[in-house]
Amino acid sequence: MDGTELAGQILYTWLTLVFGLILLPSAFGVSLGISEIYMKILVKTLEVSPWSDAALPPRSALAGAGRGTRGIIQRDESPMEKGLSGLRGRDFELSDVFYFSKKGLEAIVEDEVTQRFSSEELVSWNLLTRTNVNFQYVSPRLTAVWVLGVIVRYCVLLPLRLTLAFIGISLFVIGTTLVGQLPRNRLKNLLSELVHLTCCRICVRALSGTIHYHNRQYRPQKGGICVANHTSPIDVLILTTDGCYTMVGQVHGGLMGIIQRAMVKACPHVWFERSEMKDRHLVIKRLKEHIAHKKELPILIFPEGTCINNTSVMMFKKGSFEIGGTIHPVAIKYNPQFGDAFWNSSKYNIVSYLLRVMTSWAIVCDVWYMPPMTREEGEDAVQFANRVKSAIAVQGGLTELPWDGGLKRAKVKDAFKEEQQKNYSKMIVGNGSLKSELD
Amino acid sequence: MPHDPPHSSPLWSSFKATPTAWGRSPSWGLPRLGPGCLTPLLSRHPLPRRAWILSPDEKVSQASLRRLYDRFQALDRTGKGYLSRLDLQQIGALAVNPLGDRIIDSFFPDGSLRLDFPGFVRVLAHFRPVDEEEEGNRDPKEPEPLNSRMNKLRFAFQLYDLDRDGKISRHEMLQALRLMVGVQVTEEQLESIADRTVQEADEDGDGAVSFLEFAKSLEKMNIEQKMSIRILK
Repeated sequence: MDGTELAGQILYTWLTLVFGLILLPSAFGVSLGISEIYMKILVKTLEVSPWSDAALPPRSALAGAGRGTRGIIQRDESPMEKGLSGLRGRDFELSDVFYFSKKGLEAIVEDEVTQRFSSEELVSWNLLTRTNVNFQYVSPRLTAVWVLGVIVRYCVLLPLRLTLAFIGISLFVIGTTLVGQLPRNRLKNLLSELVHLTCCRICVRALSGTIHYHNRQYRPQKGGICVANHTSPIDVLILTTDGCYTMVGQVHGGLMGIIQRAMVKACPHVWFERSEMKDRHLVIKRLKEHIAHKKELPILIFPEGTCINNTSVMMFKKGSFEIGGTIHPVAIKYNPQFGDAFWNSSKYNIVSYLLRVMTSWAIVCDVWYMPPMTREEGEDAVQFANRVKSAIAVQGGLTELPWDGGLKRAKVKDAFKEEQQKNYSKMIVGNGSLKSELD
Repeated sequence: MPHDPPHSSPLWSSFKATPTAWGRSPSWGLPRLGPGCLTPLLSRHPLPRRAWILSPDEKVSQASLRRLYDRFQALDRTGKGYLSRLDLQQIGALAVNPLGDRIIDSFFPDGSLRLDFPGFVRVLAHFRPVDEEEEGNRDPKEPEPLNSRMNKLRFAFQLYDLDRDGKISRHEMLQALRLMVGVQVTEEQLESIADRTVQEADEDGDGAVSFLEFAKSLEKMNIEQKMSIRILK
């Protein structure tokens, strides 16, 4: 049966290649340089000027403004006092309604928060359909390159990545279950670390990930808490490739549940039941117990609580900062040119998200470790959280926003509206003439 | 003087969705086998293939229309194809705006519960900046553009005039004021402010501010600048 024999041979060669070129080096943390070559070719292809000129972005005027918010409307950011100044003194005017209605309509056309929950727009097209928002058809040559890109991504890279992911996850589950049989001693910790790191490296290669770690001397130490900005579930993978952490999170069902149960056998992670998560004090108590030993692996927490699109950092929830201990901030910044890592959970479920990631060119990111921070005297948890947030935003080149990431799903609190109303009232009533009339 | 009719709801029938190509984006030089056939596999929001013919008084450019459509889709989180009040209320910056609810109401005239894209554009067209040249070249037979001074004033007027009777009564003035100041100001202070404002603007002494009186009291104001949102290309 020549057909099946041939197929068998091909599969055999394929698996040997994968094993030899990717799996073995991962186990030893060595890189053979194949991904570097791939990245170089990719960079050359995407940055060559015919594409960036041809993919005429309509916002070319704003491209020079650099990363950060590229607004679509011209904003007048003057405070309420200036915006409301009318013809006469400063009593209530019929025209005051203009200011509020303009601000309201501006918010409808573009607001700081909603745009953070959708993928970042690119300056020049990177040959992926999904990022093609505003670029128009230009030439048959570009189309031909695009078709080539599709073939490479779906027929060559996708099967390879799926194989690697499958191998990585299975090895992980098997490895941690085996290591979990050992009694708790140094050997167990060593082996568990080895299994963790190997499988994470395999999984990162499954995504064609290129990660640059900066300032490794500040890597989170045992007994500390590691805090980072959150863009996608892949963040966890990226951080654990460089060190082991204790995870904190909810217990899930399905494949995630299997992985979680396997992980907990090899080294102690902190998983909560859904009902327990609501009880903040319980959560904090357990985490405090965990870091009290100072010998446990650092806890990994994402204080934003939800995935943001990697252009900004939103409010850090104060819970993580009430535990005490040393905080090791980490900034993670993805390069959107090679692939979009942001998980828009209201638009895509986890499987289609992973499929999209695996059919991108690559995941390229920078990880900056930062010097540890502790809470100062007279600083409460909220101020400390904001301090850490600013440090991460500055390091990663992200915008800082005071809004709560929970706005993705919930409405904003009334307290903020009251503040606006207070400001306005001060202006029209704090005016001396009216007050003296009533005295 | 003829009484100016209150701002009536737009001529919805003037909207027609025809299958003309939208700019040149969907084709990319390939026939049917273009990227459009792959995007449905991986995304639930393929690029639109229809253009909405705008009624002659709107005059929104194609590029701006594109931006507004993207925004409409981003606000429509669950992909229903229309917006509900809740979708707009979830915009943080709008929810903290004291007049937020009134602004949302202006998108849902006559108690409707769904806001489709033409309706969305229609309200926003009021805030298009005034183009001086266009004003000069306007054909008098065409209806007045939505972003004219008068129409901008009408938009602001209907934020006050809840019952759409063409007049802002003292009671409506009080309600609007209460929205803007919240609980910070006492009832007496608010009443005196409302009385003073109505008195100053009211010319025919009927105790309410009609649209023409409203427009007259604001004749020196630079409405064009205060009620314009410029979309950067």
